[in-house]
Amino acid sequence: MAKKTASQKLRRKDSFLEQFPLVIMLLPFFLFFCLFTLIPILSSIGLSFTSYDLLSTPKLIGIDNYERMFVADEVFGIVVKNTLVFAIIAGPCGFLLAFVLAWFVNEFSPAVRTVLSFMFYTPSLVGGALLIWKVLFSGEAYGYLNSMLLSIGVITEPIVWLKTPAYLMPIIIMVQLWQSMGVSFLSNISGLQNIADDLYEAGAIDGIRSRWQELRFITLPQMKNMLLFSAVMQIQSSFSVSGIAIELAGFPSTQYAVDTIVSHMTDMAAVRFEYGYASAIAVVLFIMMAGTRMLIGKVLSLIGK
Amino acid sequence: MKLKLPQFNMFKKKSSFARRFTRSKIGNFFYCAFLVGGGLFSTLPLIYSVVTSFKPIDELLIFPPRFFVQRPTIANYLALPDLLSNLQVPLSRYIANSLLIATLTTFLYIITSSMAAFVLAKGKFKGRKTFFWAIQMALMFNSYTLSIPAYLIYAKLHMIDTYWIYILPHLASTMGVFLMKQYMEGAVPDALLEAAKIDGAGYWRVFWSIVMPTVKPMWLTLMLFGFRDIWNISPNNTIFTEQLKTLPMITPQISAGGTARAGSAMAMTVIMMIPPIMVYMISQSNVMQAMTSAGIKE
Repeated sequence: MAKKTASQKLRRKDSFLEQFPLVIMLLPFFLFFCLFTLIPILSSIGLSFTSYDLLSTPKLIGIDNYERMFVADEVFGIVVKNTLVFAIIAGPCGFLLAFVLAWFVNEFSPAVRTVLSFMFYTPSLVGGALLIWKVLFSGEAYGYLNSMLLSIGVITEPIVWLKTPAYLMPIIIMVQLWQSMGVSFLSNISGLQNIADDLYEAGAIDGIRSRWQELRFITLPQMKNMLLFSAVMQIQSSFSVSGIAIELAGFPSTQYAVDTIVSHMTDMAAVRFEYGYASAIAVVLFIMMAGTRMLIGKVLSLIGK
Repeated sequence: MKLKLPQFNMFKKKSSFARRFTRSKIGNFFYCAFLVGGGLFSTLPLIYSVVTSFKPIDELLIFPPRFFVQRPTIANYLALPDLLSNLQVPLSRYIANSLLIATLTTFLYIITSSMAAFVLAKGKFKGRKTFFWAIQMALMFNSYTLSIPAYLIYAKLHMIDTYWIYILPHLASTMGVFLMKQYMEGAVPDALLEAAKIDGAGYWRVFWSIVMPTVKPMWLTLMLFGFRDIWNISPNNTIFTEQLKTLPMITPQISAGGTARAGSAMAMTVIMMIPPIMVYMISQSNVMQAMTSAGIKE
């Protein structure tokens, strides 16, 4: 409390001239953010109430797009279900994995840690190397997985992995996890390294007796900020799975098994030129993600209590 | 003078927390097995890319397929200059463009993100929380449908077909500000800023000589994220002049060669991976150093 009043005093002393550098510092980002992110988002929301084919001017049609989504569009229910499955499985798994791996890796000496974190970060660096998954899961007998299983006699004929709905979902979730973890993982590492050793020493004196207690009473509360960041990144990536799915399973995938809201939206905009409808889908997706974000915020605020 | 030989320690030194609570042998085994297994799984595609780029053509089509190369050859790499010889402008121009754009944008990205994050984390004025909320929410909006409105704005600002199209939109990326703000709140103690203020340092001074050195590990990490994204960027329908194009925009030309060129396409992929990996090395080795020398005590 005493600290706060001190800073409040200091704040009052700040004249406009002293505050001015802060305005200048915020300005570049503020400007670019408004121009290239905020205005496009607002206009996209606006377009969601129109019928727009990119050629003629948008026609205002009220909430028809939204009505169509929930009433007439048969595929929409399926893609929402798929997206939720991805979000519920890949989201928390990615979040936990990024933290657990960072927590583990952080125990090593700098040299080993550098090597290990490089290994876990490579999927993000290699970016375009989806090819290996295609070769691995290739449906012919000379796909790696098929030829391996054939040679040890587990299966007698090749399995068409990427065309079989039952296998598609787990495969895509795995590849998604593999690719999306890097950013959260590295930011967790930086966050963990920022926790002063003194805190752990003080904790030991105060009676912390195991790794678990250390994790619960020191590490997690100190990592709150970074955990929120990585949760947001996981929401963002797990709700927006689509590139990987389209690349591996094609579009539309067999029985829409791994088609997501984003791939549906891409289809509407890029193939059918129903831009207004695509915008409406984007808005609904946004509401789902924002809702999840608030929920996560509530859950994370329980840490350390 | 005693010569001290460098010692290789797998875990952190004893004084730190890691060794205070020991794990059972079985626990330790599973712990290491998990890390090694996970690490290999993660690295597999990288290894595959490198290995494949050295395969001669008959090994690319061999049945049953082999993961590792039997008779490595650098023919795939040697074929690249030839494959890229029919470009309208010399290859060096694309390389120069890529390097220039990636370094400049990464630099500006770090500066603008850090400045904004500093204001959001430590500044005190109205609307700060609302703006931060808007930034987080913007991360939740799928960027796909934004391309048309954004394109209209680029056109209005006469940014189409100029270098600006690579640089400016990236500076609006909200991830950097979000990450940096989260980190600054924990890493830069208010007491330090107040002390500097009492000593008469203005906000500029505080930012450059106190905040930025303190958050060095994070801006190094941001450098890595920024460089990786910009290096691989290939803007759609916004660059038409051949002289302004970057490397990612000419690589499809090689993979268009089909199976016969699969080896060379992989070689190009491997070459494209080198700069981000180098930036990773520079960034992370410095992060480790910064961590060992960081000593701000409250």
